Amino acid sequence: MSTPPTTLELLLPDGSWFPVCDLAALTPGRGVAALLPGGAQAAVFLDGRGATYAIDNRDPFTGARVLARGLLGSTGGSGGGPFVASPLLKQRFDLTTGVCLDDPSPDRAVTAYPTRRTTN
Amino acid sequence: MSPARKPTLVLVGHGMVGQRFLEQLADLGVTRTARVVVFGEEPRPAYDRVHLTSCFTGTTPEALSLVPDGFLATHGIETHTGDPVTALDREARTVTTASGLVVAYDTLVLATGSYAFVPPVPGRDADGCFVYRTIEDVRAIEERARTARAGVVVGGGLLGLEAAGALTGLGLTTHVVEFAPRLMAVQVDDGGGAALRRAVEGLGVVVHTGVGGQEITTDATGAVTGITLSDGSSVAAGLVVFSAGVRPRDALAREAGLPVGERGGIVVDAHCRTSDPAVYAIGECARAADGTVYGLVAPGYEMAATAAAAIAGAADGRPFTGADTSTKLKLLGVDVASFGDAHGRADGCLDVVYADSRAGIYRKLVVADDGTLLGGVLVGDAESYGLLRPLTGTVPPAAPEQLVLPAGLAPPTAIGPAALPDDAVICSCHNVSKGTIRAAVAEGGCASVAEVKGCTRAGTGCGSCVKVLGQLVNDELTAAGVAVDTGLCGCFAQTRQELYEIVRALRITTYRALLDGYGRAEARGGEGCEVCKPVAASVIASLAPSIGADGYVLDGEQAALQDTNDHFLANMQRNGSYSIVPRVPGGEITPEKLIVIGEVARDFGLYTKITGGQRIDLFGARVDQLPRIWARLVAAGFESGHAYGKALRTVKSCVGSTWCRFGVQDSVAMAIDLELRYRGLRSPHKLKSAVSGCARECAEAMSKDFGVIATAAGWNLYVGGNGGATPRHADLLAQDLSDTGLVQLIDRFLMFYVRTADRLERTSVWLERMGLDHVRDVVVDDSLGICADLEALMAAHVAGYRDEWAQTLGDPERLRRFVSFVNAPDTPDPTVTFTPERGQIRPDLTALAVPTAEATAR
Ligand code: SRM
Ligand SMILES: Cc1cc2nc3c(=O)[nH]c(=O)nc-3n(C[C@H](O)[C@H](O)[C@H](O)COP(=O)(O)OP(=O)(O)OC[C@H]3O[C@@H](n4cnc5c(N)ncnc54)[C@H](O)[C@@H]3O)c2cc1C
Ligand code: SF4
Ligand code: FES
Repeated sequence: MSTPPTTLELLLPDGSWFPVCDLAALTPGRGVAALLPGGAQAAVFLDGRGATYAIDNRDPFTGARVLARGLLGSTGGSGGGPFVASPLLKQRFDLTTGVCLDDPSPDRAVTAYPTRRTTN
Repeated sequence: MSPARKPTLVLVGHGMVGQRFLEQLADLGVTRTARVVVFGEEPRPAYDRVHLTSCFTGTTPEALSLVPDGFLATHGIETHTGDPVTALDREARTVTTASGLVVAYDTLVLATGSYAFVPPVPGRDADGCFVYRTIEDVRAIEERARTARAGVVVGGGLLGLEAAGALTGLGLTTHVVEFAPRLMAVQVDDGGGAALRRAVEGLGVVVHTGVGGQEITTDATGAVTGITLSDGSSVAAGLVVFSAGVRPRDALAREAGLPVGERGGIVVDAHCRTSDPAVYAIGECARAADGTVYGLVAPGYEMAATAAAAIAGAADGRPFTGADTSTKLKLLGVDVASFGDAHGRADGCLDVVYADSRAGIYRKLVVADDGTLLGGVLVGDAESYGLLRPLTGTVPPAAPEQLVLPAGLAPPTAIGPAALPDDAVICSCHNVSKGTIRAAVAEGGCASVAEVKGCTRAGTGCGSCVKVLGQLVNDELTAAGVAVDTGLCGCFAQTRQELYEIVRALRITTYRALLDGYGRAEARGGEGCEVCKPVAASVIASLAPSIGADGYVLDGEQAALQDTNDHFLANMQRNGSYSIVPRVPGGEITPEKLIVIGEVARDFGLYTKITGGQRIDLFGARVDQLPRIWARLVAAGFESGHAYGKALRTVKSCVGSTWCRFGVQDSVAMAIDLELRYRGLRSPHKLKSAVSGCARECAEAMSKDFGVIATAAGWNLYVGGNGGATPRHADLLAQDLSDTGLVQLIDRFLMFYVRTADRLERTSVWLERMGLDHVRDVVVDDSLGICADLEALMAAHVAGYRDEWAQTLGDPERLRRFVSFVNAPDTPDPTVTFTPERGQIRPDLTALAVPTAEATAR
């Protein structure tokens, strides 16, 4: 039996839902980068429990668009909330708020985009 | 309107000290009772000037900001940026700004900082002359550097060297011109200056001391072409940065009739008040009660606290009567520190000096005749700064002759933080004493360095005290009977070694099973973390054949565990592009293969460099280019070099007996054999090796994790060597081994290390921890009876080895991850761009700033 394709969408700042990709394109525990209208990039993740998240892909410490390529985690520092560790200098970002767990100052936070799935 | 008018406090200057002052005001509640108005001349709120140089390497102005988001609004602070105060009327108690605003004050605080002094050399205003103080200066210098090949820094002090570092970083040939006979004349003495000079010259900076700039030369358009020096020589350069010292910005006060010091600086008392009780001055614009104008940020922060307390009428305000000017800096990568009476000015004091001019190390301690430590200068090796500075003024528990030795040479008996008195200041940035830190642990309930940082602020400034801080916190926890948690991370209470034994004994093949079965209770069922995932991946991979797991590191769950580099089988670079290092076993390579590397690099436009490990690194590949590049390399017979993995890197070789007149064994053949045998072995940290053909040791085997040196009778095996930051010479494990005896012993040694080492513990550190005799007992004399096991594990690894890149290319499913964008697989990441340099490319970091389109999309 095949499951119907599920599309992962994220909420853009203008209030519209943007379809990113088929859920099957994601590996549990890792992320992918997506190009948003206007040129910004999102890092989209699927965790081990099947929940999805999206944050800005730009690592505010280096400027490189790499957060999608970091490792996910949930233990330590965030009270069990999911985070991604930047692959460059290893700072961790909360996936639901975009706040940097190692430096909570607001200019180190990244945008967090709400996500949802639609089945067609 | 409230009936009682709120008093108005005006702050002139929103720099580092101004911002700290505002934070103190808010802490003391003054922002609630007073209207606070800030005028800043620069176009942005306060930022971290101390780390200005990081702007050249891609740090954005936003990232340097010192003002927490919402801080000004929350506390109702009115801020006017880009509008300097131009006049002060003390009679009317008003200030007037450039835009014409007039604001009446009840209290005025001047925090106007300094300006860069530019010596009156003819041509100093030419196009291409700069100072180095603000973000705008950085931008102008960067712009100019695009078209210049060489740059001159006038001034060889702290800031001059900082600027020189920035210019070399921009790829310019850099000259430093210093009038004094040595660099950093204020902080270091002649010996230190000489060591510093050697170290700086070693980085390619041309140093001219004892000469002054005579004239800036220009071309017909008025642009800088160079500088002539007082000794008659001249230097061609497209840009000049003046860094000849700073002067306090005291003009406003001076014109308003407030007293200033002989050499400038607004005169203030111990509460930072000027002769006018309504006016305060803090930071670099002030001349403190001890007559000093401080040019460092820590004393400025103290003044900010003093002035805020005085204004708030706080009872416990600490007067400011002077500060410690000890500094530790990393300039151009060279550690420089000075503390206390660094120049030995006290009567009858003695110098104890250690100097190694080849290594660029100079260390001097100044001691009184009764043995009291008065101060010191450390250049090239400032490891012990954090311990020595707090000992100033006491008789240290070890002889100065021992203390002066650099880290590697000092006897272990020397001193630890336990020897410091309780009132020793550990963190000079935030003035935190050892007693305060101990109390934070013993009484404040802090159980980790992070918590101590949070509640005392120690370690959150320049960071130079963090090492000592860590030792103190651990000592204190142990003393309190708290078991220091040796667990790997927040997910596992076990060490890496314990996890290895669990995985091996119970044949656990997935991270999920390990976490849910053996993780800490609170971590089970969760996502794990970035520390234990790669460790589990490495342990499972190194045991794969013998526990029945898949040896390919990227399939199924394993894919989610690997660090990014392992995940993409390449090394991520600062702009998100990757480097590629094909394996070149033993450093031996055919002309055909060299040609293929050249062709691939040319066709994909990659930056090419010979590495320190006898192979070739190709930089600047986008993630989507990796498979196409590797398809070409694999077709030509190359395989993964594992530069990305905690695994065997290279086995270097010298030419050996085949060609070299001194060689006694074929070192190349042995190096190739060893590299092919151990390639792909996942280990706690990277592994490096080398084989030299005779005792002359051209392959530097004694600096490797396992090094082999040929003898007339066979091979000597050395283990536990290390280069890097803490070099260690390898120890001789066994002598005159046959070829098979050598391989057998290395098999055992490596597997014993893989089995028992901690995460990220090189063999050098591991060997120190285990003891050479113990390791020899186990792997040579088989004292634990595990050697057959160790050999079997290695045999399984060797038999199971597959090239990861060949395996990846053969499988479309595995290739799917190599795209920049999941929703636009054919679009390359537009922020990964390059600019030319010396005929090749380098990352264009300007592309990494937030573009306006993205910024406004927020
Ligand atoms: C490319 C190379 C520099 C070069 O252009 O020559 C290099 C580049 C890096 N080195 Fe190295 N090291 C290189 C030879 C060395 C050497 C010299 C040698 O191997 O003969 C050393 C000292 C010897 C030693 O390791 O004991 C060396 C000591 C380090 C260290 C410090 C290790 C230590 O124990 O102190 C690190 C940091 C670490 O591993 O934690 C490091 C880390 C790195 C990293 C991986 C940093 C990083 O995480 O990005 C760099 C990867 C660049 C890349 O993407 O390719 N590199 N590095 C050299 C690659 C050799 C090769 O062909 O594989
Ligand atoms: C490249 C560099 C590296 C440094 N490295 C170190 C280091 O490693 N360690 C260390 O301790 N120190 C270092 N310093 C020095 C440190 O930055 C200063 O000590 C610190 O910034 C002083 O703070 P301040 O607030 O007194 O002055 P500033 O930070 O200079 O702030 C003063 C502000 O007032 C503004 N202003 C001036 N006049 C007016 C006016 N009339 N109206 C309105 N605004 C006005 C100025 O534009 C400026 O923004 C470094 C400095 C530089 C430039
Ligand atoms: S180590 Fe000995 S054999 Fe090898 S190149 Fe040097 S001198 Fe020749
Ligand atoms: S001494 Fe600078 S942070 Fe502690």
